Order: sequence, then structure tokens, then C-alpha cells
Amino acid sequence: MNLLELRDLRKLFPVRDALGRRRGAVRAVDGVSLSVAQGEVLAIVGESGCGKSTLGRLALRLIEPDEGQVRFAGEDLRALSPAALRARRRDMQLIFQDPFASLDPRMTVEAAIAEPLRLHGVVPRGQESAKVAEWLERVGLRADHARRWPHEFSGGQRQRIAIARALASGPKLVIGDEPVSALDVSIQAQVVNLLQDLIRDLGLTFVLISHDLAVVRHIADRVAVMYLGRIVELGETEQVFARPRHPYTRALLAAVPGQGAKAPPLAGDVPSPMSPPSGCRFHTRCAHAVARCREVDPMLPSEAHAAACHLAAELPAAVAPHETETGGERLRRLQAFFTQGTAA
Amino acid sequence: MSTPVLELDSLSVGFATDRGLVRAVEAVSFRVAPGEMLAVVGESGCGKSVTALAVMGLLPGSAQVGGRILFDGRDAREAQRGRDLAMVFQEPMTSLNPAFTAGEQVAEALRKHRGLAPRAAFDAAVEMLSRAHIPDAARRARQYPHQLSGGMRQRVMIAMALACRPRLLLCDEPTTALDVTVQAQIMALLDELRRETGTAVVLITHDLGVVADRADQVAVMYAGRVVEAAPAAQLFATPQHPYTVGLLGAAPRLVGGGGRLASIEGTVPDPLNLPPGCRFAPRCPFAVARCNEAPPLAEVSPGHSAACWRAPLDQVLAA
Repeated sequence: MNLLELRDLRKLFPVRDALGRRRGAVRAVDGVSLSVAQGEVLAIVGESGCGKSTLGRLALRLIEPDEGQVRFAGEDLRALSPAALRARRRDMQLIFQDPFASLDPRMTVEAAIAEPLRLHGVVPRGQESAKVAEWLERVGLRADHARRWPHEFSGGQRQRIAIARALASGPKLVIGDEPVSALDVSIQAQVVNLLQDLIRDLGLTFVLISHDLAVVRHIADRVAVMYLGRIVELGETEQVFARPRHPYTRALLAAVPGQGAKAPPLAGDVPSPMSPPSGCRFHTRCAHAVARCREVDPMLPSEAHAAACHLAAELPAAVAPHETETGGERLRRLQAFFTQGTAA
Repeated sequence: MSTPVLELDSLSVGFATDRGLVRAVEAVSFRVAPGEMLAVVGESGCGKSVTALAVMGLLPGSAQVGGRILFDGRDAREAQRGRDLAMVFQEPMTSLNPAFTAGEQVAEALRKHRGLAPRAAFDAAVEMLSRAHIPDAARRARQYPHQLSGGMRQRVMIAMALACRPRLLLCDEPTTALDVTVQAQIMALLDELRRETGTAVVLITHDLGVVADRADQVAVMYAGRVVEAAPAAQLFATPQHPYTVGLLGAAPRLVGGGGRLASIEGTVPDPLNLPPGCRFAPRCPFAVARCNEAPPLAEVSPGHSAACWRAPLDQVLAA
């Protein structure tokens, strides 16, 4: 069953000059359809300005689409009254990138996590504290942290608090917008492990919005690659990473560092989303582009592993990403000490 | 061995705060040979950026600096910033002057350090921008920073830094603010220009993938100290410090299995309340009683040093 269904979503942001005159519009999301199955971890990847964050906000109806449908558990979110939508919020939550900005500095940790509990009547009055303590332990903090203020915590700890707050109302769907991108590598690994545990134990449906392909590869079951407001490739993570079909996905994967020094896979910058190229939006940077790509806008076919590319069937086989081997068996054995947490 | 372009000899940097002295960098020593790229890797607060600022002489006057910094064998304070050594920062928008065009900013360095006349300096700036692969460089040179994309601004920064062919370029997270495809372009550009000009590069980064691809030598820093130093290939093949081992396991990978990441438990110590001895010991699965004493950075194999009593770690596996 699909928990979330997006159909033909479009969102334009008007751009105005200094005098307030309309100068055009950024086509942030420009015709996206996507469904997320119950219990699935779906990643939306792409570079800045591709529309992935806007898509996440549209899916939760934090912003209104100009066109298209959002269905959550079969229900049309756009048809809900404000009161009904507020009640629905319990089931869908968002985790932001920056835990320094997403927690109110004037709220103790207890107040921050108790707020959704109270708002949605998750536990009877008077039992919030016990529930807050339970959540703190669940995200790897201590019950006595409840009395402290956000500024007393490190970035990784704050992100744990933000996760507890997002999960406190018992949501079915959680959207994480770059939830680990602001964290240092060693802390990022802790939070990635925590998210994976929570997703599994709570049976969450999770949409991960990220620019980090390695994190996506690690967490997601399925992945949607976006470029200039469109999904250009969609499929199971294994498939997309081993056999990328769209030239943009291939370039994106080839650009990830750690694969040996080589020529950059793409030249130039992403064109302006105010005036995306005609035909295939990627044709201006695509090494394979032919006349048709400049004229005809390719659709994303409805296949399990789909690419919005006229030439997808004819392209030479993709080179799967290939990381420089490090350490081998010796390193894996040493690292096992960290995972098990056992002293030698 | 020829004289290193840069040599740090027991560099220490402290900052007095209301709560006490923060030892941001402690006894850091390394050498960078001409034309070589040394990567300094570590997480926030490890002292890598402070080290670079110390080399550039950009620390605030209140900083307490100990040890020696030698540039071409002489006190680095005698070297000229901009001509002998230059720096590229993470955020090009804050390093470029918004009131001057890209061309004017590159030209300024050429006028000041190479004594070129304004017109000749501007022409040379356009030439430098085009070597930094800025398309349509003559037109771009007349644009202001806000008219350029993030990747383009970083190209301008690199063009500016390399305009006077410095012997040493310090890059502090030069690609962190950029998208992955643009990152690849900028790293390739740095490599290309480095080979052309013979400039040595100190690359400050948290990204192990970039290090594996580009660096000749690596120094891994943790809580103000160098914990491991080795040629890049050797560091990745046989890391000898537990922190390096943990860091390599913590980074999710593009290929290979899922499973749990080998996360390093706990957090970096508070710089005002550092553990005695080895600073990594509280988070280290291999720690033993002796780790209460600070281990020296000692050679484990030729050219490969680790500050760990238990190095080489192969002993741990054999046990």
C-alpha cells in the first residue's frame, strides 16, 4: 500500500525585483509524480536548487502546490479543512538539517519534546514527563537531559533531540531534509545508525532528502534523482547505484570523491531554474545529447527502474561506481571493535 | 631531501577565554615538500583551520603561539602573503569583496606583488581567470561576485590565490560549500594548476574521499594534535591510529554492503577539559591503562607515524 502519493506536483516561486515587479518564476518543482510505500525508505537526491526540499514540503503540505495532488493514506491532503489537517500532522513529521535552528532556544528539552505529545494528546495529562524520558533514552540521551536547554548540547545531541521531538507524536511518515548533513563524520555515523534503528523498530515510512549519495546508498530502499524540478531517474537503490540509466545520475555518481583522481564528469553549472532549457533539461550538459533532446521533453516511464531520457535504452552500459579500496580485511576486523564497542 | 616549502616545528596555539585557556593546537609538526599536496584531515574543532591560519599569520593578536613555522627554511613571518603563500577559504562569497569586479580583485594581487600597470594587470587577470576555466573570462572579469555562481566564485578565489605563483597554497575546505559535480571540477582545477605552477598545497578537509583522490601526504588531527601522518596510499591501506580506523569506518560508502556504520561512540572532548594522556582514549575501543600518558607521534614504519601506544594495531588483531 502506498502511504504517500504525489501526482503531477508543480510549484513556482515568483521572483520580484527591488521594486516588487514580477520578473519571472523559479520552477522549483515542475511536474513530479511519486509514490512511497508503507514502511519504505525513499531518498530524493540532487544538487542545490533541484527542488528536493520544496518537494518534501509539498508532500507535507507545509506549502501549497500550484497544481497536482498529494494523497496521504488515501486521503487528499489538499481537500482537508485546516482543523483536519492539523490533526493529520500527528502522522507526518519533518526533521530539518540544522539542529541549531530547528529547536527553540527558549524551550527546555522537556518542553520541546512534550509539546507534540500535548498538542496531539498522545499521552494523558501529567504523563508527559515519563514519555519524554522514554524518548530521550530511545534516541541515546539521558532522562536527566530533559531539564537542560538546547545550547547546552552539541550538534549531534541536538539532532537527537530534534528526532525525538519529530517522533514523539507517533508519525507514520517522517521526512528528513538533510538530517545528517551538518554533522561531523563520526557523529553522522551515530545519527545514521540511530535513524536506521528507529525506522526499523517503529516501522516508519521515511523520505530522506539528501545531496549525499553515500548516505543515501546506505539508508534508502529506493531513490529518486532530481534535476531542475524533475525526477530524472527512479528505482531501487541497488539498481540505480550499480546501473545508473540517466546520464545525470551517472555524472552525479562519478563526481563522488573517493573513486580516484580523474577528469570531472560534468562541465559548467546547473542552468537557472527560472528558464530551464527546452526539451530535456539536462541536454545542455549531456555528452550524449542529440537533436531530439533539445526539442522533446522526455517523460519518466512507469517502470520499476525508470529514467527520463530518450536515449536510456541506447546508452553504453554504465560504469558502476568504484571506490578506491581501503584497508581490506585488516581494517574491517579493526573496525569491528568500534561496532561492538568492546575493549581489546 | 630538498628544503621543505613549509615546516611546522611543534606549533602550539592557545586562546585565552573567560573559562580558561583553550589549547586549539598542540605540538603540531609536519613538512610539505615543493609541489606536494598535504591533506590535514579531522572533524570540527580538531585544530586544522587554526593551524592554517597560524601559517598565514591570520590569528588574532590575543592568540598564544608557540613553536616555529618555517617557510623555505626561514621564519614564515618574513614571507609575503599573497606573493609567497596564499589561501583559499571555504566560503568564497565572504572572501571576495562585493564592491569590486572579479577581474579587479585578481588584478589587485598582480599590481601589488608583480608591479604590473593597471591595464596589464587586468589583462593578466583575465588570462588567469581563463586558466581557471571560467568560460567567457573577459566578460566574467567585469562582473561582480553576486553575479557569479558558487563554483565560479571559488574559481575566482583560486585564480586570485595562484595569480602570483605562490610557492604554497593553503585551502581550507575549498569545496565543502559546493555541489558534488562542482566539487569535482574545483578539485581537478586545483590539481591541474598545482602541477602547472609547482605550488605546494596544504588541503584542510573533513572529506576522506577527496584526500584519497588527491593528496600525497596526510596528517590526521584530533583535539589539537596530529594523531597519524603518512603517505596517503599507506594511510588508507594500513591505518595505524584507532581514530583513523574509526573515521574510515564511520563514512558511509558508495559501494559494498549496508549494515551498521562503525561509529565512534561519544563526542570530541571539551577543549577546556581535555582528558589526560591520549585525547582519544575515552572513545577508543583499544584503550589500556598506559593511555593516561600522552603517546608521542612515533614512526610505525618508514614515513608512517602514529601517536598511539598500541600501534601498530596489528598486534591487537594477532592477540
